[in-house]
Amino acid sequence: MRVTFTVNGREESADDVWEGESLLYVLRERLGLPGSKNACEQGECGSCTVYLDGTPVCACLVAAGQAQGRRVRTVEGLAEGGRLDPVQEAFMECGAVQCGFCTPGLLVQAHDLLSRVARPSDAEIREALAGNLCRCTGYEKILDAVRLAAERKADPARARGEAGA
Amino acid sequence: MDFLRPTTWQEALAARAERPGALPLQGGTDVMVEINFDVRRPEALLDLTGVAELREWSVTGGVCRLGAGVTYATVIDELGGALPGLAQASRTVGSPQIRNRGTVGGNLGAASPAGDSHPPLLAAGAAVEVESRERGLRTIPAHAFYLGVKRPALEPDELIRAVRIPVAAGPQYFSKVGTRNAMVIAVCSFALALHPEERRVGTGIGSAAPTPLRALEAEDFLSRELDWDAALDLDWDAALDAGLLRRFGELCAAAAAPIDDVRGTAAYRRHAVAVMARRTLTWAWDDHRGRRAA
Repeated sequence: MRVTFTVNGREESADDVWEGESLLYVLRERLGLPGSKNACEQGECGSCTVYLDGTPVCACLVAAGQAQGRRVRTVEGLAEGGRLDPVQEAFMECGAVQCGFCTPGLLVQAHDLLSRVARPSDAEIREALAGNLCRCTGYEKILDAVRLAAERKADPARARGEAGA
Repeated sequence: MDFLRPTTWQEALAARAERPGALPLQGGTDVMVEINFDVRRPEALLDLTGVAELREWSVTGGVCRLGAGVTYATVIDELGGALPGLAQASRTVGSPQIRNRGTVGGNLGAASPAGDSHPPLLAAGAAVEVESRERGLRTIPAHAFYLGVKRPALEPDELIRAVRIPVAAGPQYFSKVGTRNAMVIAVCSFALALHPEERRVGTGIGSAAPTPLRALEAEDFLSRELDWDAALDLDWDAALDAGLLRRFGELCAAAAAPIDDVRGTAAYRRHAVAVMARRTLTWAWDDHRGRRAA
């Protein structure tokens, strides 16, 4: 079947999609967007987290046909105007990345948290990221990165000043 | 495989009637796992996410009607006051991403003994609205809905339309045993609802028998023994009688029929059911006394 939906602001179509195929497979293998990672295929690891109509979901558990006519935003669509999102910058600066496999899912999930809660508590950050597994970092630097991104998003002028200093 | 995409309830019923081999699909948090792992190859998927009315809920005459497509996230955000037991259970489901997709209707359709929504639905006295194109609507009480392991009381041409849950008239609690707070399938779980106006207690046991079930003897025992007006005396020190609590726990454990499996032993589950029964009753009774005194 053919599936058409909006990905990162552009309408895309995929042909010959198998009816049992996941949105994740369509993104990675048919649309050339390998940012969302394929690991557990059962919603346990969060590596494939994408926005579906503005809500973070595991793309491995969305049937491709369920995305028909809807809006998908992947990690590739977080950067805007040629500039990384503050969440992405904070992950780099804090060393919140080791092997990097879990990073795309964490970025989307953290991005969603900060769009809903400007200054999340540590408990709120932990709860928001509870479905994203990282086997390298021990999470401490991931938490640091989310805290830093929250500060920058809450005070963008200061963040720009620091970046230029 | 075919992919059926009704956009109205009538279209969905027609698709179900004409294609009994089609597997209904809501959030995909169970169905897609089975497809990804090649354990299930239905002849068609019947995607119900295009039927907008299934995502709605309403409260009329003290009963909440929850459409089969209402997600756990919506229950948590919007129904914590009306359905506290179900909202508590919803908060323990998977992760935020799973709660954004998973639905109470899907949980009912899967009818896993470990499903988190079943115990609070049993304790609250919920009923499931199911419908077929040929025979119309019928309502199945939650306690009659679970026929066996992953076997709901649905005919091949029926779909779950909604679940009707009485708005809480008293305290409700849910408790779940697992290895961590998130992403955990219940080792076992327990829900309790006080119905002070009926002077009755509702229970629900999860993941400790082939089906979710009520502890009927324990309910009867408590409904007889509890001193429902005790709070009027403003005796702040009077806790539940220790013997009554112990007996309630024993009766709940006796109602369970658990097995040994990778998540826990039968003996552990029985023990844990008794502990959760005592804890939830203590929490609920303390709330009840507080409310009556206030």
